[in-house]
Amino acid sequence: MFRRTLTALALCASPALAQQTDLTLALQLEPPHLDPTSAAAGAIDSVLYGNVFEGLTRFAADGSVEPALAESWEIGEDGTTYTFTLREGVRFHDGTAMDAEDVKFSLDRARAEDSVNAQKALFEGISEVTVVDPRTVEVRLSQPDGNFLFNMAWGDAVIVAPESIENIKQAPVGTGPFTFTEWVQGDRIELARNADYWGEAPALEAATFKFISDPTAAFAAMMAQDIDAFAGYPAPENLPQFEVDPRFQVIVGSTEGETILAMNNAEPPFDDPEVREAVAHAIDRQAIIDGAMFGQGTPIGTHFAPRNPDYVDLTGLSNYDPELARQLLADAGHGEGISTTLKLPPPSYARRGGEIIAAQLREVGIETRITNLEWAQWLEEVFRGKDFGLTIVSHTEPFDIGIYARPDYYFQYDNPDFQALMTDLTATTDPATRSEMIAEAQTMIAEDYVNAFLFQLAYPTVADARLTGLWENQPTQANPLGGVSWTE
Amino acid sequence: MSRTLLLGAALSGIVLIAALLSFAWTPYAVDGMAIPNRLQPPSGAHLLGTDHFGRDILSMLMVGARTSIAVALVAVGIGMGLGVPLGLAAAARHGGWLDEVIMRGNDLVFAFPSLVIAILITAIAGPSAVNAIIAIGIFNIPVFARLTRGAALSIWAREFIMAARVAGKGRARISVEHILPNVTNLLIVQGTIQFSLGILAEAGLSYVGLGAQPPVPSWGRMLADAQTMVALAPHVALMPGLAIVATVLGLNLLGDGLRDALDPRLKTVRR
Repeated sequence: MFRRTLTALALCASPALAQQTDLTLALQLEPPHLDPTSAAAGAIDSVLYGNVFEGLTRFAADGSVEPALAESWEIGEDGTTYTFTLREGVRFHDGTAMDAEDVKFSLDRARAEDSVNAQKALFEGISEVTVVDPRTVEVRLSQPDGNFLFNMAWGDAVIVAPESIENIKQAPVGTGPFTFTEWVQGDRIELARNADYWGEAPALEAATFKFISDPTAAFAAMMAQDIDAFAGYPAPENLPQFEVDPRFQVIVGSTEGETILAMNNAEPPFDDPEVREAVAHAIDRQAIIDGAMFGQGTPIGTHFAPRNPDYVDLTGLSNYDPELARQLLADAGHGEGISTTLKLPPPSYARRGGEIIAAQLREVGIETRITNLEWAQWLEEVFRGKDFGLTIVSHTEPFDIGIYARPDYYFQYDNPDFQALMTDLTATTDPATRSEMIAEAQTMIAEDYVNAFLFQLAYPTVADARLTGLWENQPTQANPLGGVSWTE
Repeated sequence: MSRTLLLGAALSGIVLIAALLSFAWTPYAVDGMAIPNRLQPPSGAHLLGTDHFGRDILSMLMVGARTSIAVALVAVGIGMGLGVPLGLAAAARHGGWLDEVIMRGNDLVFAFPSLVIAILITAIAGPSAVNAIIAIGIFNIPVFARLTRGAALSIWAREFIMAARVAGKGRARISVEHILPNVTNLLIVQGTIQFSLGILAEAGLSYVGLGAQPPVPSWGRMLADAQTMVALAPHVALMPGLAIVATVLGLNLLGDGLRDALDPRLKTVRR
């Protein structure tokens, strides 16, 4: 009886409660540590990018590059000198000032010989970083680079301070709108509002990133409203249920995640372009999107994001045609069929997609042996060990067509023409010429059937209906919370 | 025949027949995906509905029964094949060093949590139905060794064994010719129970992804695949779940019934 009275009181009291000012956002993957400048793990950026750390430039929600710590910049006549003017009065969370010395330190650290930065290629073009005065820094490039400002927006290029670099993996100190408070490993990371933020102060006072890897637990936590939002919701089959529930909103955005059936280009049978073409024609993309992702995803015909203005629709080159696939296999001397491995990492696009692809390939005479791997095993065996025939993975980095110019990359595509094209592209700054070259690059890998290009991964976010300001798309892996607020 | 025995035999029989029938015929091909046809509720065309790839659940359950039965059967075979001789040997040398070694070895295996070891084996050797069989089989050995030893000891004390020894028969020969036939009924009953536990263990291992690998259908993996769709299409999880329940229940009832039927002491009490 007493308890019932209390409940009644609580119910009466709730409308009078102050506006909610904290947010619990769930993600599927927990970061291995908290230094975005020394690991490839996208999970680090998912928590810290735009929240704790910022770079000279940054990605806006629509994928465009905008000024961040650099207020403005001037590009020299020959395109090799960038003079950045830094914002005034920016302080790191430990109180030290962010000045040109910190920028020089961050860039030099990333491009150093012993640097462990996962994207060292971003800094390769830099030949010298000079401090002009505390608010001005000059970056010299060895040759013009049309991508330089874009490169500086990556999570791997954020500005860090020499004073706090030692403990960055456990206690990250940046310049962003939120300060790092606590990391309970295996459970959550807590952030608090940065009162001294240089930009517009965030509406949220505190934010918690919670890590829930199991899709069933994700569903339960969301339904029970233990979490306010789930970014990158792992079970697309549950989305219709959230859509009809007035408590929630479902935002389906796009990602930079080209999901591909990667083939081992260095080893038989997939060293033969005809066999790769056969695989490409054996696959029914729509069946995979419907069956594995419950309709969430856009078919792609090359390794490029469809929402990018430079995207070329090449799906016609690899249309679903099992008859043709069988014919091509026979022409390549594999009339009796092929047997190979199909190694699958944990996400459902790979596990479910793999079963569908195995069935589709069996139709044309390619027998696959499915092995399910955990991420660590996959990185060891497939990504580093290159011990695979086929594998399915989503490449979530923005503008990553350049990986096809790296013959030592796990699918081992080695085409000097493509490598030359990529080198030329880096040196080109004229937007029209760049668009043409990008289109040529897309066509080249599609016509070589390097991999079977499946679909662009969708990015479903399930959130409390009262939340606004969450990123819809994922131009880079990030969940900046500076603009997020509660409405009533 | 008791009703328990009949019901148990009927349930187990249905599963066995379904598994055998699947070699010759299933309503649909188990690898026949029809994505547009996915998550159909049970209907005339698909008696138990379709799963998230549009595959016929009844067909998958029939072929899955094959996997379950094969894994459990071989695992019980390993347990009996190694456990029974060990138990007989221990009883024949009761109190000797051989008895000690065998029984302490059994204690050692018993001391490990079986599922964790099974996970360890499959983690080292890679997930496959064969490794699941080995993992489950190893833990069947001490069960049969203990049961055999216990029962054999009580028979070793009987007069007819004394007579056989006086007649000059060796311990090994007595074990095979006189002890073994007298413990067979116990072994059959225990075998049935272990068989049902084997099916449960196989379902558990494939549920966590360590049993039979796709595209080979297995009940445990069907359950795992279906769990995020419970609210969407409950039958996808319900059907393999019911299949596991029915099989394990059937085998346990069969075991109980067999014990009642085979144990002469219980029989006289009933009548």
